Amino acid sequence: MELLSTSLVDWSRGQFALTAMYHWLFVPLTLGLGVIQAIMETIYVKTGKEEWKKAAKFWMTIFGINFAIGVATGIILEFQFGTNWSNYSFFVGDIFGAPLAIEGILAFFMEATFISIMFFGWNKVSKGVHLAATWLTITGATLSALWILVANAWMQLPLGMEFNPTTVRNEMVDFWSIISSPVAINKFFHAVASGWVEASVIVLGISSWYLIKKRKEEFAKKSILVAASFGLFAVLFIIFTGHGSAQQVAAHQPMKLAVMEGLYEGREGAPLVAMGVINPKKETYNDDVDPVVMAIEFPKMLSWLSFSDVNAYVPGIRNIVEGGYTKPDGKIADSFETKKQMGQTAITALKEYKIAEAAKDTAAMAVHKTTLDANYKYFGYGYLDKPEDTIPNVPLVFYSFHIMVILGVLFLLNFALALFLGWKNKLSDYKWILWVFLWTIPLGYLAGQLGWIVAEVGRQPWTIQDILPVQAAVSSLQTSSVLITFVLFAVLFTVLLIAEISIMLKQIRKGPESN
Amino acid sequence: MITYSFLQHYWWFLISLLGGLLSFLLFVQGGQTLIKSLGKTEDERKLITNVIGKKWHYTFTTLVTFGGAFFASFPLFYSTSFGGAYWVWMLILFCFIIQAVSYEYQNKPGNFFGKNAYRGFLFANGLLGTFLLGAAIATFFTGSQFSVNKANIAEFSGQFAPVISQWQSPWKGLELLFSDLRVWFFGFTVFFLARTLAVLFLKNRIDNQAIEERLKKALLMNAVPFLVFFLTFLIWTLLAKGFAVDPATGVVSLEQFKYFNNLIQVPVLLILLLLGVVGVLYGIGFSVLKNTWRKGIWFAGIGTVLTVTTLLLVAGYNNTAYYPSTYDLQSSLTIFNSSSSYYTLKVMSIVSFLIPFVLAYIFYAWRALEKGHATIDEFKEGHSY
Repeated sequence: MELLSTSLVDWSRGQFALTAMYHWLFVPLTLGLGVIQAIMETIYVKTGKEEWKKAAKFWMTIFGINFAIGVATGIILEFQFGTNWSNYSFFVGDIFGAPLAIEGILAFFMEATFISIMFFGWNKVSKGVHLAATWLTITGATLSALWILVANAWMQLPLGMEFNPTTVRNEMVDFWSIISSPVAINKFFHAVASGWVEASVIVLGISSWYLIKKRKEEFAKKSILVAASFGLFAVLFIIFTGHGSAQQVAAHQPMKLAVMEGLYEGREGAPLVAMGVINPKKETYNDDVDPVVMAIEFPKMLSWLSFSDVNAYVPGIRNIVEGGYTKPDGKIADSFETKKQMGQTAITALKEYKIAEAAKDTAAMAVHKTTLDANYKYFGYGYLDKPEDTIPNVPLVFYSFHIMVILGVLFLLNFALALFLGWKNKLSDYKWILWVFLWTIPLGYLAGQLGWIVAEVGRQPWTIQDILPVQAAVSSLQTSSVLITFVLFAVLFTVLLIAEISIMLKQIRKGPESN
Repeated sequence: MITYSFLQHYWWFLISLLGGLLSFLLFVQGGQTLIKSLGKTEDERKLITNVIGKKWHYTFTTLVTFGGAFFASFPLFYSTSFGGAYWVWMLILFCFIIQAVSYEYQNKPGNFFGKNAYRGFLFANGLLGTFLLGAAIATFFTGSQFSVNKANIAEFSGQFAPVISQWQSPWKGLELLFSDLRVWFFGFTVFFLARTLAVLFLKNRIDNQAIEERLKKALLMNAVPFLVFFLTFLIWTLLAKGFAVDPATGVVSLEQFKYFNNLIQVPVLLILLLLGVVGVLYGIGFSVLKNTWRKGIWFAGIGTVLTVTTLLLVAGYNNTAYYPSTYDLQSSLTIFNSSSSYYTLKVMSIVSFLIPFVLAYIFYAWRALEKGHATIDEFKEGHSY
């Protein structure tokens, strides 16, 4: 056996994070633009007005530029589960592979097939068929998001499976519970709506630029009307699904919730931190130093948002490590030491089960299986060393979460304002507001990135919650190999991003007519 | 009652079929290596780029689905091969990343690298992408150096990596290039096949006398090396030792003429392989003999699907280890020891009933965009690459 290398684990995590973050620069824009262009083409087909067709075609050009690079980064994500997380692929592949395969068969082909009609079919198929193709393209894209988010949600809340010691893997026993998981449903709507918001922010910003420059004003006003209405709907929806997501986190990933809020000491009627500063003097989880300073708080809000009860108890990081508090289901929480002990017992039982199996000793097999089953829920803790291993990076998750929420409020105000001014036909009178809309564009990208940092950094060290930590999931590779591919990906994605932005800027400068 | 074994065979068939379809659709990659030699003016090159470029999504999606379906149905292959032959798969991925952006970006102003760089990316994808995919598939017959030990995961000291599948060569996949000459033969087979199919596809689609003249020569230039490499690989493999599995004990051993025996013992495979090879030969041969005949791509295309599908079936059916380990024969992967559970295969099989529906709309969309023959003027207005 090869030695376990922590730098290998870190570079492998880094490579996955890098790919995922680049992927999520392009994909949300296509998810939202896909709907916006389809709405515009629908209006064109209904009214027969050419300017709507022109507007739809312009945004399709932007869509195409982003789609290509979204596809390029997406294929890497899929194959990286195998290349860099070999143990993971085997240990849970029986469950995790299925949504990926279904994504390919049912969603990607729909997208790939109808995108060619959307781009090349204007003069080859009827108006109605073309419109259907445009809607089917975005339906395919959204379905692919559904399946990959079902897979991601399962990593956060593993259900519908059983561990089989003979095959040494987790096996699916209930497909329906996996696809109807409350985490999956919330995650899907939250992530897709974040794409709608991001695209609306970008369409609003670009259209504002046209108004500032006094170019293509009719086109810009039409685009603002669609983007602001769609964006407003999406941002309200995202608040709703965000609340749902937080409740799922509170129920299934208490550590993530505590880290999001910088909550070390649990309490009843816990307040929600609107904003604050992580105290750099806080060194350990149990040193009694105040974790958040200069905090602006809403009393009892965290308890209410998490458990719909203003007096509910929310455990802090220290409580989750030390255990002993009463969980919402009435059971007493286990401490890290207990979980680690049970994890090691489970792993040892598996080892002995395999020895008994080789010796065809069925009685011993049954004994070890019973021990394994009784302790399996904390299997992954057996690979961990100390309590700190279970605590994600607090400042990163805390700030990401709070900035994301603040940005959501900003977007809400922007869309409402754009809709109001657009309705009064006064957009061009307030140039500074148009500048604000324009400069909100990078924030639209930022919000999406922050959301995924909360979701993924906030659940470290787990690839599968409580079952498989990163160090037991990684492939057996030289660190140098992963380091080289990391650098290659970083360079390649960065230059492609530069090309992508540069192409988009040129297309925007050219404007809709030139398509 | 549907048995576990039936589902394992069914999913190996679907994986093989996806492999066959992917091989056919690699004509896009083949075409990418011909843009410069077949098109002498920019207009001609643009025509060729657009005619094949309209199909790039299909090849890409088939590759992604091939990966996803393999993951879902044979996860131990996914973890062993991808996590082990790291560099081969990474190189293949790099070839496809650069392809995905190149069609859309090559003619757009402000594209940073300039048109020629993107055409260079397309060429690299067409050359390395096809060769490496062929080389990787060849190891299904020649073997790789890995070991599988599921008990490894029960190691939790924090000192050793508890990894189940361990690749034993420090070259992490690149050693396949020095392992067996057949790897090179099959790599070149796929490369020249992709180019041959591209020529036949362009012959079918394009209405342009100058390009058609060049296609005639290009067909022979690519079909001949393709046939030489393919027949050498095929005959060599049929005569070579194969990796047989004892159905009672699961023990893997080397058997002389194993793949040939598979064809004899399962005659339907022999018939499919012959039909496939005849289809390819007919598609190529008749196109050479009769210049006005444009339908060669369909015979050669269907022939390719049949041939490659059957080759993969030969690698996995009839008690054969489809992903053999030359380091430890007993670590070799078979469709029985590497598949998903009965339940998962059953769920996935139900989903697979939708495949004909998917094929139907692909067929519709493909035809809708291919009315008449493509000319230079067609891509002067509207969306084009």
